[in-house]
Amino acid sequence: MEILSLLGSGMLLAVQPLNLLLILLGVTVGLFIGAMPGLGSVNGVAILLPITFLVPPTGAIIFLAAIYYGAMYGGAISSITLGIPGASTAVATTFDGRPLARQGRASLALVTAALASFVGGSVANVIFTLFAPVLASVALSFGPPEIFALMLLAFATFVGLGGDDIAKTIFSICFGLVLGAVGFDQISGAPRLVLFDITGFLQGIGFLVLAIGVYGIGEMLWTIEESRGEVESSNPKMTVRGMASDAAEATRKGWRGMTIGSLLGFFVGILPAAGATPAALMSYGVAKMTSRNPEEFGQGKVDGITAPESANNSASTGSMLPMLTLGIPGSPTTAILLGGMVMWGLTPGPRLFLDEPEFVWGLIGSFYISNIAALLINLAFIPVFIWMLRMPFSILAPMIFVLSIVGGYAAMNDMFDIWLILIFGIGAFVLRRFDYPLAPAVLAIVLGPIAEPTLRQSLLLSSGDLSIFLTRPIAGTITVVALILIFLPALKLLRRGGSKRGDKAA
Amino acid sequence: MLITKRAFLTLSCAAIAATNPGLALAQEWQPRRPIDFVIMAGPGGGADQIARFIQSVAEKMDLSRRPLVPNNKGGGSGAEALLHVSAASDPDHTILVTLNSFFTTPLRQDNLGIDIQTFTPIAMMGVDPFVLWVHAKSGITTVDQFVEKARAMNGEFVMGGTGTGQEDSIVIAFLSGAYDLKIKYIPYDGGGAVARDLAGQQVMATVNNPAEAKGFYEAGDFVPLLAFSDERLMAFPDVPTIRELGHDFSYYNQRAVVGAPGMSEEAAEYYRSVFTKIYESEDWQGYLASESLSPLWMNADEQRAYWAKEVESHRALLAALDS
Amino acid sequence: MRYGEIVTAGVLALFSIYLMWKSADLPIGYIEGKGPGGGAWPFWLSAIMLLSCIAVMIKWVRGTSPLSQSDEPFLDGHGWRMLGLVGGGLVGFVALIAVISMYGAIAVFLLYYLRFLGRHSWALSIGLSIATPILFFFFFEGAMRITMPTGLPFTDPVFDFLYEIIY
Repeated sequence: MEILSLLGSGMLLAVQPLNLLLILLGVTVGLFIGAMPGLGSVNGVAILLPITFLVPPTGAIIFLAAIYYGAMYGGAISSITLGIPGASTAVATTFDGRPLARQGRASLALVTAALASFVGGSVANVIFTLFAPVLASVALSFGPPEIFALMLLAFATFVGLGGDDIAKTIFSICFGLVLGAVGFDQISGAPRLVLFDITGFLQGIGFLVLAIGVYGIGEMLWTIEESRGEVESSNPKMTVRGMASDAAEATRKGWRGMTIGSLLGFFVGILPAAGATPAALMSYGVAKMTSRNPEEFGQGKVDGITAPESANNSASTGSMLPMLTLGIPGSPTTAILLGGMVMWGLTPGPRLFLDEPEFVWGLIGSFYISNIAALLINLAFIPVFIWMLRMPFSILAPMIFVLSIVGGYAAMNDMFDIWLILIFGIGAFVLRRFDYPLAPAVLAIVLGPIAEPTLRQSLLLSSGDLSIFLTRPIAGTITVVALILIFLPALKLLRRGGSKRGDKAA
Repeated sequence: MLITKRAFLTLSCAAIAATNPGLALAQEWQPRRPIDFVIMAGPGGGADQIARFIQSVAEKMDLSRRPLVPNNKGGGSGAEALLHVSAASDPDHTILVTLNSFFTTPLRQDNLGIDIQTFTPIAMMGVDPFVLWVHAKSGITTVDQFVEKARAMNGEFVMGGTGTGQEDSIVIAFLSGAYDLKIKYIPYDGGGAVARDLAGQQVMATVNNPAEAKGFYEAGDFVPLLAFSDERLMAFPDVPTIRELGHDFSYYNQRAVVGAPGMSEEAAEYYRSVFTKIYESEDWQGYLASESLSPLWMNADEQRAYWAKEVESHRALLAALDS
Repeated sequence: MRYGEIVTAGVLALFSIYLMWKSADLPIGYIEGKGPGGGAWPFWLSAIMLLSCIAVMIKWVRGTSPLSQSDEPFLDGHGWRMLGLVGGGLVGFVALIAVISMYGAIAVFLLYYLRFLGRHSWALSIGLSIATPILFFFFFEGAMRITMPTGLPFTDPVFDFLYEIIY
């Protein structure tokens, strides 16, 4: 009961006129920033800095939460309309969101994403409100072996994501993992894989560089080539009634994905080293694995949008938990927020909930209000995004190229990375002609830099003994599940291999 | 698309109106464009938080006509930042927030061709001490108990840190040498992650800056055992320093701002006056006190001399670490 | 496509070998009591990449994969022309950033693409080419505080003027 009254007062704080205005402004700004490839909530929060000095700390933090929520919703928009994941969290949304938009059903895809984000955010808010302190201690019990086991599980849920050619899929996964290892070996502290001794590689290869290259440049070249320059722009009509029926369809077809994404997303999100990207990928994988028609995934299935979208919102809310309760920023965005809190004289950490209840509950209350505001504003803007899609392709295409280059620079701040984006883009175009699937590489470059250090930290802990992944209770359970998941489909695939070829010939 | 941009235009205009600097510093040189404020660490770490704090103080006090734009270049233990700043096309608008990797990285990676004496000294904002922490549930409350426990475990005592050659590993190496300990060292990607895994008892002890461990200390999870500072720290008056235990050693992480090589003297003077104002501000002094940083103000010549001294002492420390 | 497939696999195999060689700068074995060395992860993964390429080649030799039997060319005349015009345009765009600044390069690229590839009217092409970089400038530099490259020093007066407006 006490929690409810605290939450109630927090929400009241959030709906005061000034704060409500900040929420609406923040959500709108966040939505568009999130929709720009390369920009994410971290950039939005950077705008916050000068404004924090004009309004009281609670107002500032509410504005931040609103931007954070808006950007989470916005990430799906470029994934669906442009086919470029604006942030690593939205990669999985492209798998089904883009095909659906291609079929002329962009409005269904956008409505689905907005709705799934809302459900994910709401579920996460409720869990957060009820169990925050308990979950913080659960998160702490995840050491390196547990995180590595979790990464293993994330890979396991993605067996079978790639194309028909197993060798090329394996190549793509390993390629992504090796690219993720470029730059610097965290464990020995030595430079590693500085390719061709170019110092630009010292900083490593960021996820966005590969993703923008593959999706922003490579896919666009592919589309232009395939279509012979005569892309039919889809010409969807937007009406309120149309959106209502889209929403009904999204709920009917996507509730399974939403359930999986919301719950799984939150629990992966609170783990300090994991975060929203693995959460979204795993939810997509689980939704596909448990589906009766897994082969429909990747063709524009509604569950394939709801699972990752509800998961990344749920996880983003969840990742606030270690920041608030432990004072550990799990992402660049939360790091800036942490800095802001220090400026306002607050100490994030185990005592924050006790010492500053008004601040904490004001923030949590604003999560609820921001989530609702983000849903409404997102739905209101969908016609604008659809209108964008109706631009002639010969205007849209150069605009996407320009957005890719500018967004890439904004994110990485380095001309070297822009050249890399171009090289990856042209490389991706060529590899795609030869049926190399590239999505696995993009996923691997996100998961690899989490998996490798935790693997080696674990082995340092155990003096090189691999059994550490089985003897610790949490790690052991996850590892066994992951191994089963990896080997079952692999066996099935091998057994089915012969008959599949027969099918195709027939 | 147009609606988006219009919305942003309005917003940016509002922001300009709100933050329009009404003052002009009585100086000849003024920055003409946004200042590239390079941070020698990735987003989220202790160094990054300090840099962003400095930036927000500058913003709050309206000190600069052009904004400081934070630019994280943490790759290769700061090698990326050093290369970026050395090659800056506009040295008058490029400054760097440093930590001790300013000294150690050029020593460890001599193929970079970085000579830190070519950089322009601007301001020494303070030095961050290190403290030895254990988890309250370990039952250890004194250095003697710590030493006893670590010896008893004979190579199985686990400490977390930010990597071989990093600041804390130098301190841990000194500690193991001085007390003849065998310690299993697990590298993490930042001081925050190290503190987290001590809180979760994944590791048994750490050497963290007070700022990183403060939250857990206040909640009663962490116990400070030993400070590696010259004097006892104000925040932990009961914690002995390593000097009191008879070892001639202290170790701090520098929090300094330096200019790109080739920065003009006028620009350097401008930044010195800006950072002096930040240093003297209530916000920064409050930060120094609450996060247990020690002040160590120096003029430009003293800073250069300090760099030379630190490079020599790190050369010796790193040599000891490798042997 | 038939020859393209084997050439691609060959190039990728060579790249895998390069990655293995480069990884071997750091220890690639299992260090007693410490787990794998610093180069082990990329080394063995690159080795798997190499094996995958060999698998692709074996399939090609046996003729069991669809691509190894395809007679379709990698790109036809139109495809090559597209790659040259669009890809070349992109390379030109990125190269120009260092000379005439990000915003100048955007204007030139858009004009090139819209007018010469898209065959839009001069009015539309010029209008969009000028409006887009200006809007981008106010969005990125003004609202987001992200600085883009300003090119060679001769652009300085323009940018000094623009910064004067937004700050």
